Amino acid sequence: MIRSLIYSLTFHSAMILITILSLPFMLREPIDLPPIVSVELIQISDKTNIPYAPKARKIIEETKKKEEERLVSEQAPPSAKAKEKPDRIPLPNEKKEEKKIVKKKQNPEEVKPEIRQSSEFEKKEIVDTNQIAALIDKAKEEEAINQKKTDKITQSNQKNSFATGLTLSEEDALRAQIFGCWSVPLGLPYNEDLLVRIKLNLKKDGTISKSEILDHQRMNRPGQKFYKVLAESALRAVRLCQPLKVPPTGYDKWKEIQLNFNPTEMLKG
Amino acid sequence: MKKLLVIILLNFLLFNKSYALIEVDITRGNLDPLPIAVSPLHVDIKSENYTDIKVKELGENISEIIEKNFKGTGLFNPLKKEAFVQKPDIAHLKPRFEDWRLIKAQALVSGKLLIKDGKLKVEFRLWDLAAAKEMTALAFTTTPSNWRRVAHIISDKIYERLTGEEGYFDTRIIYVAESGPKSQRVKKLAIMDQDGAKTKYLTLGNELVLTPRFNPTNQMVTYMSYFRNMPRVYLLDIETGTQEVVGNFPGMTFAPRFSPDGKKIVMSFAKDGNSDIFTMNLETRVVEKITNHSSIDTSPSFSPDGKFIAFNSDRSGLQQIYVMRSDGSGVKRITFGNGIYGTPVWSPRGDLIAFTKMRKGKFYIGVMRTDGTGERLLTENFYQEAPSWSPNGRVIVFYRETKAGLKGEGFSAKLWSIDITGYNERQLKTETDASDPSWSSLLTK
Repeated sequence: MIRSLIYSLTFHSAMILITILSLPFMLREPIDLPPIVSVELIQISDKTNIPYAPKARKIIEETKKKEEERLVSEQAPPSAKAKEKPDRIPLPNEKKEEKKIVKKKQNPEEVKPEIRQSSEFEKKEIVDTNQIAALIDKAKEEEAINQKKTDKITQSNQKNSFATGLTLSEEDALRAQIFGCWSVPLGLPYNEDLLVRIKLNLKKDGTISKSEILDHQRMNRPGQKFYKVLAESALRAVRLCQPLKVPPTGYDKWKEIQLNFNPTEMLKG
Repeated sequence: MKKLLVIILLNFLLFNKSYALIEVDITRGNLDPLPIAVSPLHVDIKSENYTDIKVKELGENISEIIEKNFKGTGLFNPLKKEAFVQKPDIAHLKPRFEDWRLIKAQALVSGKLLIKDGKLKVEFRLWDLAAAKEMTALAFTTTPSNWRRVAHIISDKIYERLTGEEGYFDTRIIYVAESGPKSQRVKKLAIMDQDGAKTKYLTLGNELVLTPRFNPTNQMVTYMSYFRNMPRVYLLDIETGTQEVVGNFPGMTFAPRFSPDGKKIVMSFAKDGNSDIFTMNLETRVVEKITNHSSIDTSPSFSPDGKFIAFNSDRSGLQQIYVMRSDGSGVKRITFGNGIYGTPVWSPRGDLIAFTKMRKGKFYIGVMRTDGTGERLLTENFYQEAPSWSPNGRVIVFYRETKAGLKGEGFSAKLWSIDITGYNERQLKTETDASDPSWSSLLTK
């Protein structure tokens, strides 16, 4: 009797425990209803006749004026610049802003300041600003160095446009012309050095007066038969392309030119 | 001393005034076939007549073979003869380069031939038209009946001069010529020039023949024949026609191939459902067991230096390609891709292995590096297999069968070739249906 009582008690107490523990979780939080706001729907005409409050009218008029002014200033030449004193040294922040504007004007693909010059005059100007910027802002200088290190294309383009006097478009025109003339021999080995350097002496009309393969000795070395074939194909390309597409001016700069033929990437791709 | 200083200073000043050299990188070109003009060879008027040869047309015929060879490579574009301005009798002396440049040719082949005292003398020159200079010039003397080979040799020399690689035109292909309905196929050994000319049948077709392979000197052929219904590996001397069984194996031998020095034959020997790879020395007749495994090891192929053997085996479950040293040690599996791999063939250059792959009911011919990396599938089809390398390791020949109908109709087997670049796939012309091709090495080195 006692035993069954104990059973019943423990069982019941267990049940009570479970209900105490589990039931509160089942309780839902009461929905927090916002107080009811009564809205009365009334018909209104398209335009209200109610006059503006005097303060509000003032504000509206002021903002309208401002907007008009802004529009005018956007269309007209920058007035802020004209107001500046000519001998005032520009602050670094201002300089940056000015540069940004220049960037936007340029071809969007050519973002780097070094690349985007296309004429001699422009070049000088931008070199100056760069120098000033670099003087003022040390961080900019570092950035420029980093850029040089990381971006090889920038470097080579810079080399060509600064040091040699062929602009990017002139160089591209020449390159595209030779691409078309060069039949790359297909039996080349993939894992050998395939760089052929050819030095050309050009006449004013772009015809070749003298051509020279710079690694000439390699052509006759044993096991380098492919190199001879490659060098000859490059030379053939140059001759077939005559007259080369050279710029109309600056003959002194391009009367000697070196072409570096390297089909490695092409063969791998 | 002062003078010297002044000179040095002056030098510096002058140097500073000069401009740095413009450098332009050219990293691309076109891969269009090189336009080449092959002028018909000029026939010397002193030439004598020779039996069975139309001397007057010989110059034209030789140039046509050269043109056909070039066209087949996909690397050259032989220009049409109608466009030629200069006639062959003048062109062989010194060409007017402007005339040839006018038709956009970049290279010109010219030459002349003379038959005198029963000998054919052929001279040819290869001209670089852009540079206006001679690139190579050679002369050959041979019996007039050999004129086709002269054309192939000239093609090889020009190919080598223009691509930097050995040519593959003066070569032959041995194959199994097939005829008759699919259920009763007659198979004969046949040999032809690589351009499909001069086909010769080496066996009569009474018994089934398979997998013929040249030895390095192209004099001997090893193949498998079902002579008296006993499949065995045989050796055939092409010149004399003598045949012999290779080794005295108590069972079926198959898939033979010569070692690069030509002294050994490597093959498979099957007994009781197991097949292993054996070599036999042709001089001493000593037989060596190379693999010893309970699986099916077959299709052995030596590396060109003779140090390794590639073969296929099903020891891992599915058939895959393995490489081992030529004494059987250091077995290493090299294929792990999806599908079944077979018929490995080591390239004559030693850098690649060609293979057949079967996956999802399709057959592929592919190449990979000798360690199994860089797998490239060149061609896919319903059924194709048995790749064989051209001697310069640039082209692969294989055979392809078409799907047959229920009664075997529409069935055919043809030889095809493809560049290792995967381009320039073309069918080789054979007199009959053909399978199991094997490319010889160059006949003249």
